[in-house]
Amino acid sequence: MTTTAATRGRYRFSQVARMEWTKLRSLRSTWWVLAVTVAGAIGIAVAVGLNTRDGAADLTNNALAGISLGLLLIGVLGVLVMTGEYSSGMIRATLAAIPNRPLVLAAKAAVFGLLALAAGEAAGFIAFFAGGAALPDGIPAPALGQPGVLRAVVLGGAGFCLVGLIGLGLGAIIRHTPAAIAVLVGGVYVVAQFVAVVTHALMPYLPIAIVANSLTVVRPMTDDQVQFLSPWAGLGVLGLYAAVTLGVGAWLLVRRDA
Amino acid sequence: MIEVRGLSKRYGPTVAVHELSFDVRPGVVTGFLGPNGSGKSTTMRMVLGLDAPDAGQARIGGRRYRELRWPLREVGALLEARAFHPGRSGRAHLAALAASNGIARSRVEEVLGLVGLADVAGRRAGRFSLGMGQRLGIAAALLGDPGVLLLDEPVNGLDPEGIRWVRGLLRTLAAEGRTVFVSSHLIGEIARTAEQVVVIGRGRLLADTSVAELSARAPSLEEAFFALTDGSAEYRGALDPEGRTS
Repeated sequence: MTTTAATRGRYRFSQVARMEWTKLRSLRSTWWVLAVTVAGAIGIAVAVGLNTRDGAADLTNNALAGISLGLLLIGVLGVLVMTGEYSSGMIRATLAAIPNRPLVLAAKAAVFGLLALAAGEAAGFIAFFAGGAALPDGIPAPALGQPGVLRAVVLGGAGFCLVGLIGLGLGAIIRHTPAAIAVLVGGVYVVAQFVAVVTHALMPYLPIAIVANSLTVVRPMTDDQVQFLSPWAGLGVLGLYAAVTLGVGAWLLVRRDA
Repeated sequence: MIEVRGLSKRYGPTVAVHELSFDVRPGVVTGFLGPNGSGKSTTMRMVLGLDAPDAGQARIGGRRYRELRWPLREVGALLEARAFHPGRSGRAHLAALAASNGIARSRVEEVLGLVGLADVAGRRAGRFSLGMGQRLGIAAALLGDPGVLLLDEPVNGLDPEGIRWVRGLLRTLAAEGRTVFVSSHLIGEIARTAEQVVVIGRGRLLADTSVAELSARAPSLEEAFFALTDGSAEYRGALDPEGRTS
């Protein structure tokens, strides 16, 4: 028995993060989802690049189009990181190991968020170069040194990470996989379609619109009806969504029986 | 040492546990008996800080569970056979838990060997049989070499050899001076393994005594148990043990 050793020190964030990293990397679904997402983003960038006719368009934004489609996958993976613990009963083993529940969620968010960020940036940069390389002759590829281009690529990856964290927060709030995924898909995609038809005022604040039309643009995107958020304002709003869902999730995690 | 004091818990209108108080002492196996639905699992979850009691508290070595510095090195728990993710290997499951409490990675292989899962630990745990899942749960409980063990129905799903192994394991752990608290609905199992026994029915304490004392009240421990829990069983068949309709 380690009675003496057990009185020295106590568990901290680093131990909890190590647990969450071990859990995350030991599930095949993690790597499948990330691989499919990155491959999808690259595939779409190449397809869009090959079919580009107008060299004056925002070619960086075009090359990052696949990021928006990958949002759904990373959001679902975020949901599963949390709901998978409830459906399997693992949550009780986790919380018996670490009774400090906000610390558990914080470690999950940090570990999963960093992995999602790494995947998002990889997807963004590879898609950017692949999309540029696929452009027809006569249309010059955008370069990272041009104004706003590096920002668009980097923020695209960041948006990917933040949507993943929104999924994680929703998973903590809702706990059941199908319901949490339904809310995520509804919130990110379906509401966007609905709002686009009914009112344009809310359009700039929808997660998918923020990623597609604020974060990943080189030039501010406006049309006659909708004024989209600036890249940094978009990042702030999306970060706020993630913070609120994770905050509510942590609050409920503390209050509810496991 | 586990101290339970005035523990109460309701789920809506249902009283799960009502003003329950008892001590579990180190050095002996203490059985936790009660009919299905009597509140055994709820009590154990409250001791582990997983469910919040409406009133009362539980302390382990004088502290509440959430105050423990390295929970897994102080308390090992088996709550249900499948408290692990089906897509993760048994080895990865234990490695994650070990990492959370700063437990050496070599201890994972040690407990895998101890429970007899060393050869299958790389397989996804979702493919484990009920008995293998139970062994993985026991391995998780032993991971931190804790001085206090709470095991909810540990022999569920085990074959006769496995049951005998658990019996020996529990006795050995207690003989080493640990506090061993083990629930079961199998009275015969408790009679063979435990020295002390806490009996509850409908969430209330019915007896807190030694197995020898309780057995002496009737021709067998089983009959003493039925005499105690008569009227407090939550679910029962329409026939009594003599075959008459009740």
